[in-house]
Amino acid sequence: MEIGPYLMLASLEGAVTAAVLALTAVGLSLVFGVMRVVNVAHGEFFMLGAVLAWWITSLIGGHPALGFAVALLVVPVLVGLLAAAADMTVLKRVAYDPERTIVATIGILYILQQVTLMTYGADARPVEPPFNTRLALPWVEFVGGKLQLYWPWGLSTTSYKLAVIGAAAGVLLGVWWGMTRTKVGLLMRATQMDRDMALAFGIPVERVYALVFGLGAGLAAMAAVLIVPIQQAHYLMGGDPLLLSFIVVIIGGLGSLPGTVVAAILIGLSDGIISVFFSPTLAKILATLLVALVLVFRPQGLFGVRRA
Amino acid sequence: MLELSNLNVAYGRAQVLRDLSLTVASGEILCLLGRNGAGKTTTMKAIMGLLPLMSGRIALDGQAVSDLPPHRVPRTGIGYIPQGRGLFAELTVAQNLEIGLMVRKSGPEVLEGVLELFPRLRERFRQRAETLSGGEQQMLATARALCLEPEVLLLDEPTEGLQPSMIELIRQVIVVMRDRGVAVLLVEQRVDAVLAVADRVAFIENGRNLETLDAAALRADHDILQRHLGV
Repeated sequence: MEIGPYLMLASLEGAVTAAVLALTAVGLSLVFGVMRVVNVAHGEFFMLGAVLAWWITSLIGGHPALGFAVALLVVPVLVGLLAAAADMTVLKRVAYDPERTIVATIGILYILQQVTLMTYGADARPVEPPFNTRLALPWVEFVGGKLQLYWPWGLSTTSYKLAVIGAAAGVLLGVWWGMTRTKVGLLMRATQMDRDMALAFGIPVERVYALVFGLGAGLAAMAAVLIVPIQQAHYLMGGDPLLLSFIVVIIGGLGSLPGTVVAAILIGLSDGIISVFFSPTLAKILATLLVALVLVFRPQGLFGVRRA
Repeated sequence: MLELSNLNVAYGRAQVLRDLSLTVASGEILCLLGRNGAGKTTTMKAIMGLLPLMSGRIALDGQAVSDLPPHRVPRTGIGYIPQGRGLFAELTVAQNLEIGLMVRKSGPEVLEGVLELFPRLRERFRQRAETLSGGEQQMLATARALCLEPEVLLLDEPTEGLQPSMIELIRQVIVVMRDRGVAVLLVEQRVDAVLAVADRVAFIENGRNLETLDAAALRADHDILQRHLGV
């Protein structure tokens, strides 16, 4: 088989990674942008999303689609509420001081991880996808000087993977709409631009912070619910999304949502393609190298604005 | 009436205000004069609840504003126009004003009234605040504070860096607000601008009250300015 079909397959796998990564990283970026807080526990909210999705689907039973639908709706809310509570009880108490919030979120990371280990255990558990039809993919070839489609053997994806890409795109559009077109989004952006003036114009900044922290964690949890039928839930699964989210957020520009999405697509796709043709390790090496280059030559990120 | 009694405020360990007391009556313009670092801007931030009080009390019509969390302060009717304007730079003129309107849930008629005072803002309505000229930005900062139908207006160097026509416009708006019964606390460096509008002038030095005088007395006797400001 020629290279084209392989490239398409790798791109599709990369697109799934990119979609989930974009959701997770936008959550991280939102928290950093509005609150100036580096949330080291972000990956654990992702992990918690996957574990809770397993718990809810196994609790409900019946058709896999039913449990999955409930998990998709309930889990991000649960994780978001937990994060908002962590914000109000921990981060608010350390007054969002940059160094102390990093230490505090490291603490939250270990608490979430170890509580999961003690309750859920060390096993990796699967969640059944709500639907999973195999879709054969066509490719083009020249037969007698004319283009025609054919279906190479083994070239396929699943309907669920395409749905993940679609769902992530939908949620991201929703976040964009919420930030730019709603009153709550206006309050968040005003808080992001000038915290003191937001207070001086009656914006309850503390509540906005709790909301943003919850929303950021909820987005990570939603990404995890979407990926868990492909990846399995495990108590240590938060590490990779955290690292990749930071890579994406730095490349895209801290606090810039469009930059974050573009960087997620870039990193996700290249990760998929390089993993298929070379090795996953090389993909991670190149991503990390890219971060280093961005930090040296364009510290504000590709889409970031240099702060005075 | 806005009353500040015996305010003590510090940035970290550096105390800036020491037992500072002021009163601004409704329908009066009180001008705060003092050298750089005397505590003028600090006084305004303290009123807005942006700096914690070590001791003292701030009251609006008898209600203790200083007991409220910061975001509740503007809801009592205090409009703040900070030094440097403090606009939400990436938001449009309309959105900046909307945030002002939300403070006390003012209706669209308030916005209309404000836009009548500043017709230029209507032309720039969908533009981002950062794309406005300096004068227009000052109009927007003032308009945003007026959107909450204030009983008290705090203006921190509103004419800084503006051309004369713009200074005159801002001055007129301040006078209009006074005539509507708003208590105006004005910080201003330019003494001639102060004497043109102020009803009373409060001199402060190193965060302490020096002397509070009627502006008329000051206009009659320029030696007082010489004494307190060295100008």
